[in-house]
Amino acid sequence: MSKNTNSSAFRQIDVDKYSEDNYKEELDNEPVPAGPNENEIVALLTSNRQTEALKNVLANSPIGNRNQVVKDASLSLVLRVLLSFKTSQIDEAVKQLDSETRDVLMKYIYRGFEVPNEGSSAQLLVWHEKVFALSGVGSIVRVLTDKKKV
Amino acid sequence: MSTVYRFGPSVPIQCHAWSSDRSALAISHNDNTVEVHQKGPGGWKQTEVLAQHDLRVNDIDWAPKTNRIVTCSADRNAYVWVQGPDGKWKHTLVLLRINRAATCVRWSPQENKFAVGSGARIISVCYFEQENDWWVAKHIRKPLRSTITTIDWHPNNILLAAGSTDFKVRVFSTYIKEIEPKPAATEWGAKMPFTNLMAEFSNSPTGGGWIHAVSFSADGTRLAWVGHDSSIAIADAPNGMVMMKLKTSLLPLLTMTWISPNKIIAAGHDCVPVLFTVDSAGRLSQGPRLEDGTVIEASVTSSAMNMFRNKDRVGQELLDSKLSSTHQNQICSLRILDGSKEGATRISTTAGDGVLVMWDLQTLSAKIQDLKL
Repeated sequence: MSKNTNSSAFRQIDVDKYSEDNYKEELDNEPVPAGPNENEIVALLTSNRQTEALKNVLANSPIGNRNQVVKDASLSLVLRVLLSFKTSQIDEAVKQLDSETRDVLMKYIYRGFEVPNEGSSAQLLVWHEKVFALSGVGSIVRVLTDKKKV
Repeated sequence: MSTVYRFGPSVPIQCHAWSSDRSALAISHNDNTVEVHQKGPGGWKQTEVLAQHDLRVNDIDWAPKTNRIVTCSADRNAYVWVQGPDGKWKHTLVLLRINRAATCVRWSPQENKFAVGSGARIISVCYFEQENDWWVAKHIRKPLRSTITTIDWHPNNILLAAGSTDFKVRVFSTYIKEIEPKPAATEWGAKMPFTNLMAEFSNSPTGGGWIHAVSFSADGTRLAWVGHDSSIAIADAPNGMVMMKLKTSLLPLLTMTWISPNKIIAAGHDCVPVLFTVDSAGRLSQGPRLEDGTVIEASVTSSAMNMFRNKDRVGQELLDSKLSSTHQNQICSLRILDGSKEGATRISTTAGDGVLVMWDLQTLSAKIQDLKL
């Protein structure tokens, strides 16, 4: 056999991804939010203004940001805020959010479920119940269907 | 009130279409045949089975004025059926020239052409060429990049709205100079050469889910659609193509239609049709469901042991898998039975439970408050 068939590296090429018919995601170059400011949030938490911290961290969430590190950092911030609430305050806080923010909160709750640590899931379940009571299954469907992940 | 009709075994009814006088119904039970049922004094009787497709029939449409049925299927074909003098339906093959399944088909308002959406990222607009006695298909390709799931015609017979799995809704011009005069300008634009994209709407900046159904309002100035992210949206052409979206707290809606210039009925995975109202500012709001859940009578004869066993195994005391709505499975298609998009008085729905339900909106509006029509 001739020399050029010695290497079987060509078998590693995935020819299908070069096909013209493939659906290419539109890479929109919209500016994506860079995530909440950690110091601000910590300051709000220590001064016991949890609901404000919650609104801040959800409003500045880096949805659709392609940088996974930024998203992980905001996830841990959001979880800190969520776990700092007392169970009795959660209902009140959720009522103050508008429906868009509740959808973002639901996305974070499910992301929080993915990385369980000490007792966090129990608290997250309470959050889930309160948000579900207001936003219904629709918000859970949007967690699953939205392409831009949190 | 709602009347329930069952046609054979409980196989999901994917699509249905009514004849113009509503005495005949064409349905497809998720297989490659279409059954035509005739309404007689003794109820519904199956008069004919149109079995020409090789693969699943995905959509049916029945033209009211010219009495023709068009069916499209996963076998990449469409057939036009014409009823002969003996009542039997004769088919004509239409070569759509697509290499993927056809997903949806609709006759145009004047019934001189029909459009077929497909998985080949193409919409085939077909018209009859008299000299060759043949249906010709013309393609709309750009800028479609994904499967077309739903189409709807504008009343001017030229504009076509298409919803697709790339989370976008688009309005195209299907002007074919061989068969029709040049169209007048509409709110959607003035220049309408064939395949011109008049408008494009993205269901959501964050993606938004597949578009399941799209529908022009009766006068064609507004376009409404439902997406898989449990949302319903309206685009208003005269008001600068502004889009208004309502994220519902229901399960995703699969099908919808306008029943008056400011009311929409939509239905889907929640198995009950829901009314939506558009106010004068163009905002959507969710109205009541067409039926409240009826309380299911739990079977009384379950022993204490069964009750505790179920509580341990499933978490509920009584195993009830029957839904509290008339339909027991997701509603996949909804048609206006009496009336038009200007003002509909009855609608019919078919679902995955193999049942067709006719909803009389006028008696329902008397029963349910807020359902003022």
